[in-house]
Amino acid sequence: MGTWEFYLNILIPALNKGLLVSIQIIVPSAILGVIIGILVGAGRALGSKWLTVILDSYVAVFRGTPLVVQLMLWFYGLPSIRLILEAHFGPEIRPISNLFLLSPYVASVAAFAMCSGAYQSEYIRGAILSIKKGQFKAALSLGFTKSQTFWHITCPMAIRRALPGCGNEIIYLIKYSSLAMIVTMSELTGEAKGIASLYFRHLECYLLTAVYYLLLVTIASFILKKIENYLAIPGQLRSQ
Amino acid sequence: MTLDKLVDPDSQTLLEVRELSKTLGGKKILDKVSLTLDKGEFKVLIGPSGSGKSTLLQCIHFLIPPDTGDVLLDGKSAREMSHRDITLFRREIGMIFQDFNLFDHLTAKDNVAIALRRVKGMKKKDAYDRALSELTRVGLLDKADLFPAELSGGQKQRVSIARALAMDPKIMLLDEPTSALDPELIGEVLNVIQGLSESGMTMLMVTHQLGFARHFTNEMLFMEDGRITERGAPEELLAIDSTFRTKEFSLKLSKIQGH
Ligand SMILES: Nc1ncnc2c1ncn2[C@@H]1O[C@H](COP(=O)(O)OP(=O)(O)O)[C@@H](O)[C@H]1O
Ligand SMILES: [Mg+2]
Repeated sequence: MGTWEFYLNILIPALNKGLLVSIQIIVPSAILGVIIGILVGAGRALGSKWLTVILDSYVAVFRGTPLVVQLMLWFYGLPSIRLILEAHFGPEIRPISNLFLLSPYVASVAAFAMCSGAYQSEYIRGAILSIKKGQFKAALSLGFTKSQTFWHITCPMAIRRALPGCGNEIIYLIKYSSLAMIVTMSELTGEAKGIASLYFRHLECYLLTAVYYLLLVTIASFILKKIENYLAIPGQLRSQ
Repeated sequence: MTLDKLVDPDSQTLLEVRELSKTLGGKKILDKVSLTLDKGEFKVLIGPSGSGKSTLLQCIHFLIPPDTGDVLLDGKSAREMSHRDITLFRREIGMIFQDFNLFDHLTAKDNVAIALRRVKGMKKKDAYDRALSELTRVGLLDKADLFPAELSGGQKQRVSIARALAMDPKIMLLDEPTSALDPELIGEVLNVIQGLSESGMTMLMVTHQLGFARHFTNEMLFMEDGRITERGAPEELLAIDSTFRTKEFSLKLSKIQGH
């Protein structure tokens, strides 16, 4: 088979297919990660002592262990719990125990969102703590409730300040989404590996895969920059 | 129900502060502070730095909950209010802070409009109309679309006054509204405050601008170590031969301010 034929008929279609799967993993993971990050970050910055302890532990665990290990636990580890439950309670427990049996897709998104959320919460927490207390006081003095203050004052300010960090985390997420391959997902890297070992064309396969990721990251950076510019406040220094 | 009727109907007392005390970090910051504000009255609170003036204003507003004592607005006790009622109570009292505390992420117009929309539930257009009319009142209509970072200190403070006024407060508490300003910007803010006083707004103002204050107030309160130790007409407290601490303090201030 000629090189062009290989590229046009084999590699590129396979990578395109993988790209689509990758995007299907990355987008929900990133969105969930940001939502988890906001809730956990806010809880850590503003919550009670107990809540802070619980959320800090979550972050410590998910930042302190390798993502590959987390992914293995989600996909291979949780089904063991299912077996244990069924051994104890019999088949009636199925409706509940089956919840522990995750598809490769769900396991990947869960692992990435939980891990990403832990990192995102760091940026959100820092951003909330950097807001001057007086602004909360001003809101309360106008008759805002605590939750109104959070949604209308704290959140918009914190998100702006956290945006550069959160954007970076999304860029990381794009790259570590390639780990989904190890739980049998045929995403970008998984497809590349399949073709590479089938045709023994490792160099071309992985180089082109790298280009695909580079493109994804470039597009994501561009969009994030646009959002940052859109939200930038005139007269204030922008974080570069 | 009948509680309101128990209050003397002839009395024009709008705000009554009853023996507020507050301990922070093991230190007694407020020690049984009492004062009243009649309708339309403009009182001035002075005292050395660290004497508890800011804490007092924030306790009156229940931004810092006082340990003991009570605040009555129109005869209604804030102490007995639920969380929800406290937010209603706060709406009725406007607060001006030394460092403005404008919302950084909102334009001048939105700073004024946001509470109208989110707290009072006004429609967007009505809220903006009101915001623009309040900005006009403080002479800043042309700055409506600028962000706080694009405004001078004096302009920021005027926006914060417009923001408070838009809520139709019955009372304004002002905590050193000109202390963070360059000298040449103080006048524009004092002019707005003077206008407010002349329009009959009830106000309690912490300030070191005694030259301004003595013309507009009939009672000055002097605070020291968490207590109001002297109170009276400025002519009395600041008379040339006065032996009051207020006089001594005012001499110290004029030395610093250089007039
Ligand atoms: N949260 C706090 N914890 C401990 N001490 C405080 C706190 N807030 C204020 N203080 C102290 O209370 C005193 C009065 O402060 P403040 O009300 O700001 O005085 P003023 O406005 O008259 O300068 C100061 O000695 C200050 O250090
Ligand atoms: Mg003060």
